[in-house]
Amino acid sequence: MPLMRDSVMTFSELKQGMRVRIVGIHNDSPEARRLKEMGMTVGTTLNVVKVAPFGDPVEIDLRGYRLCLRKKETLGFDVEPVE
Amino acid sequence: MATVAAGTRLVAIVGNPNAGKTTLFNALTGSRQKVGNYPGVTVERVSGPLQLASGSVECVDIPGLYSMSPVSEDERVAVAAIRGEAPANRQPDLLICVVDASNLERNLFLFSQVAELGIPTVVALTMVDRLESAKRLLDLSRLSNLLGVEVVPVVGHKERGIKDLLEAVDRAFESPQPPDVDFTLSLETKAKIASLRERLARSGEDFTKRELKDKLQSESNDLASYAKDFPEIEEVYVRALDAVTSDVEPTPEDDSSYRYGWSTMVSRAAISEPGDPGRKTLTDRIDHILTHRVWGMLVFAGVMYLVFQSIYSFAGPLMDGIDWIFGKLSGWVGPMLDGAPVLQSLVVDGLIGGVGGMLVFLPQILILFFFIAVLEGTGYLARAAFLMDRVLGWCGLNGRAFIPLLSSFACAIPGIMAARVMPDVKSRLATILVAPLMSCSARLPVYVLLIGTFIAPKYGPVWAGITLFAMHLLGLVVAIPIVWFLNRRVFKGTRLPFLLELPPYQWPKWKDVWLAMYFRGKVFVTTAGTIIVLMSVLIWGLSYFPRSNEATTRYEQTFERQWVETEKQEPFGDKYKSAQDSYVAEQQLANSYLGRFGKTLEPVFVPAGFDWRITTAVLSAFPARETVVPSLGIIFNLGGDVDEGSVDLQQAINRAKWPDGRPLFTVWTAISLMVFFALCCQCMSTLATIRRETNSWKWPVFVFTYMTALAYLASVGINFLGQALR
Ligand SMILES: Nc1nc2c(ncn2[C@@H]2O[C@H](COP(=O)(O)OP(=O)(O)O)[C@@H](O)[C@H]2O)c(=O)[nH]1
Ligand SMILES: [Mg+2]
Repeated sequence: MPLMRDSVMTFSELKQGMRVRIVGIHNDSPEARRLKEMGMTVGTTLNVVKVAPFGDPVEIDLRGYRLCLRKKETLGFDVEPVE
Repeated sequence: MATVAAGTRLVAIVGNPNAGKTTLFNALTGSRQKVGNYPGVTVERVSGPLQLASGSVECVDIPGLYSMSPVSEDERVAVAAIRGEAPANRQPDLLICVVDASNLERNLFLFSQVAELGIPTVVALTMVDRLESAKRLLDLSRLSNLLGVEVVPVVGHKERGIKDLLEAVDRAFESPQPPDVDFTLSLETKAKIASLRERLARSGEDFTKRELKDKLQSESNDLASYAKDFPEIEEVYVRALDAVTSDVEPTPEDDSSYRYGWSTMVSRAAISEPGDPGRKTLTDRIDHILTHRVWGMLVFAGVMYLVFQSIYSFAGPLMDGIDWIFGKLSGWVGPMLDGAPVLQSLVVDGLIGGVGGMLVFLPQILILFFFIAVLEGTGYLARAAFLMDRVLGWCGLNGRAFIPLLSSFACAIPGIMAARVMPDVKSRLATILVAPLMSCSARLPVYVLLIGTFIAPKYGPVWAGITLFAMHLLGLVVAIPIVWFLNRRVFKGTRLPFLLELPPYQWPKWKDVWLAMYFRGKVFVTTAGTIIVLMSVLIWGLSYFPRSNEATTRYEQTFERQWVETEKQEPFGDKYKSAQDSYVAEQQLANSYLGRFGKTLEPVFVPAGFDWRITTAVLSAFPARETVVPSLGIIFNLGGDVDEGSVDLQQAINRAKWPDGRPLFTVWTAISLMVFFALCCQCMSTLATIRRETNSWKWPVFVFTYMTALAYLASVGINFLGQALR
C-alpha cells in the first residue's frame, strides 16, 4: 500500500480543480459505506469541480457524474494527486 | 388513481434517484405523477395499471435508491417494496430496472444488487438522448448480453421505446428469467464460459452460466470426465477452466469495489467514449457562474427576489379581472334577492364573496408553482442546495433540507413529505418541524393586501417587492436558531453526511410545468376552496346573527341624535345617509356572535396592535389561513367581492379607526399582522401531515405551540417597536 508517500492527502486538503485518486479508505462507518456505494472506492479518480462559497461542500466529478459532499464529513479517505 | 383488481401481477419500477423512473411510469401508465430534475421527488409508492398484450398488470413507481442497504426513509420504503416487505407485503413479479445511460457506472451498481434477488428483470435504459447529443455510442446487444436481461432504450417524455418496453415486459412474463450477472469474472473469462455453455447446449446439456462457473471453480467436477469423451468439448472446456482458474481474483477489500469493478467493465464495454473527456460540457459552463462563490450567491439571491417580485407584479391584472367578474356577479344576483335580505346577504356576502375571495388567490399560486416547477425542471434546485448547504449547516441541517424547505414555500404539506429524503431521523425531524415556518402560498394574499394598502402607495413598488421578499425570508431566518436549538437540546442520535447528486442542466419539460400548475391549482380550488367557502359562510353567519329590526332602529336613532349634537345639522342628505349606514353596520357587527367573541378576546391581542375586528379575523383563520382575506372582508363589512386586490377592502381597512379616533392600521400594525401570519401555524392539514409523518401527536402539538407563541411575541414586539419609534 503506497500510504507512506508524501503526496497522500486527506479530503480536507482538496482544492478546486484538483484531480486525485483514492488510495486508501480507513473508515468502516455506515457513512463511509454509503460513499463507497456511490462509487468512491479505492482506485477511483476524482475531479474537484467546485468548492462552495464557504469552503464546503465540494462538488466532485467521479464515474461520469457529479456528487456534492462535505470535506469535513469525508473522513478516512486518503487521496493522491494524479495528472 | 385507477384501482387494480387483487391478484394481478405486480411490476415495480426501480432505479437510482433521478434516473427517470416517474417519467417512465407516467409514459407507461398514462398517469401524471410529479417529475423533477433533482433526487427525491417521489417519496411514496404510487401505482397504476399497465396494459400488456397479455392483460393488465399493476405497476408501481417506487422511490429512488442508491443501494439495497437503505440509509434514509425513502430508501427504506423502496427496499421494502422491492423485497415485498411491509406495508405492501407483496414481492413484485417483475422489475423494470431503470438505468440512466448517461450515468451507467453508478446505475449499474444498484442493478448488480437488484439482480441478485432472483426476480425477472427488464432494463429500461433512459437518457439515451443525452448519449446521442454527447456523441457517445452505445452497443445495446453487448450491454444486454453482459447484463443477462433484455435492455430497452427509452425516452419517457417523448414516448420513445415505450411500446418496445411493454413487449419486452410481456416476453419476460412469458419466459421469466432473472438476470444473469457475475461481477466476479473478467469479460474474457465470461466469453469463454459462454462458448462452453453454447457448445454443451448443442450436445443437449443445458446449464446456466452460473452453474457452469460453480462447476469450473469447484475442485471435483463431473464436467471434466464428461468433456474427456468429446474432444471438441474438451478443447472449449479446458480454455474456460484455464480462464477461471487464472482469472486474477480482483481481491477487492469490499463488496462495493467488487461491484464497481464489474460496472466499470460493463460500461466501458457498452459505451464508447469519443474525443477528449476533459471537454467542458454545457452544464460545466453554466455552473461556472451559477455555483461560483460570489456570482452564484448573487444569482441565487436575484432568482429568489425575481420570483417574489413577479408574483407581486404579474398576479395583479389577473386578480383585477377575477375581481371584476365577481363584482359583476354580485351586482347581477343581488337585486334578484331584494325581497329576502338574509338570503341576499348569505348569497352575495357569504357565497359569492367566499368563492371570489378564494379564486382570486389562484393567479399567485399558479405563478409560484410555475417558478418552482421551472427551477426543479432545470436542475437549479440542486445547485441551490449546494450553495445553501453551508448556511444550513451552521444550524445542523444540510443542503438537502433546502429542497423540502423550498417546496414548503408553495405548501408545507409536500415539503414535510419531501423531508423523507433526509438521511437521518434527526435532520428529517428538524426539517419537518420548521417546514411550516416557510411562507406558504396561502399566506400570500394577506401580504398582498397589506403591502398593497400600506407599503406600495407610500414607498413605491420596489419596497413592495422587497417587503414581500422579506416576509418570505423571515421564516427561513427564524428557522435557523430553532433548528440549532432542537439539535443541541432536544434531538438524540447521529447525523448522516450530506450527499447530493447534481444532475445536468436541461430545459424544463413544459408539459411537466403545466401539469404541476394544473394539479396544484386543482388541489387548491377543491380542497382549500371547500374549506374557504365553508368558513366564509360560517363567518358570515356568525357576523350576521343575531340581528333584529328593533336593534337596527335603535342604532339609527342613536346615530341621528349624535349627528344632530356633533354636526349641528339636520339629519338629511347623502352624507348623513351613508355615515348612518356605516355606523349601523358597525354596531350590528359589534353585537353579532362574532363581534362579541372578538371583543372578549381583544385584550389578548391589543398588545400586538389588533382590535377586536383583526382579532376575529386572525382567530377565524386558525383552521386554514386562506380564509383570512374573505373574513376581513366580511368583518370590515363590505359584503361580496372582497379580495386582497380589492380597492374597497383596502380603503376600508385604511379608514378603520380605534374607538378613540386613532387610525386602526399604521404601517407597523400592517407589519405586525403580516409577521403574525408569517410565523403562526394556522393550518390543520399541516398538523395532520406532521402527525402522520412522525407518527406521534407530540410533534404537531409542539409545532402548533412554538409557532403560535413565536407569532404572538413577534407581533407584540413589532407593535411596541412601532410605538417607540413614533
Ligand atoms: N433527456 C432526458 N431527460 C429525462 C429522461 N427521462 C427523464 N428525464 C428527466 O430527468 C429528470 C428526472 O426524472 P424523474 O422521472 O423525476 O426521475 P425519478 O427520480 O427517477 O422518478 C426529469 O427532469 C425528467 O424530465 C430521458 O429519457 N431523457
Ligand atoms: Mg420519481
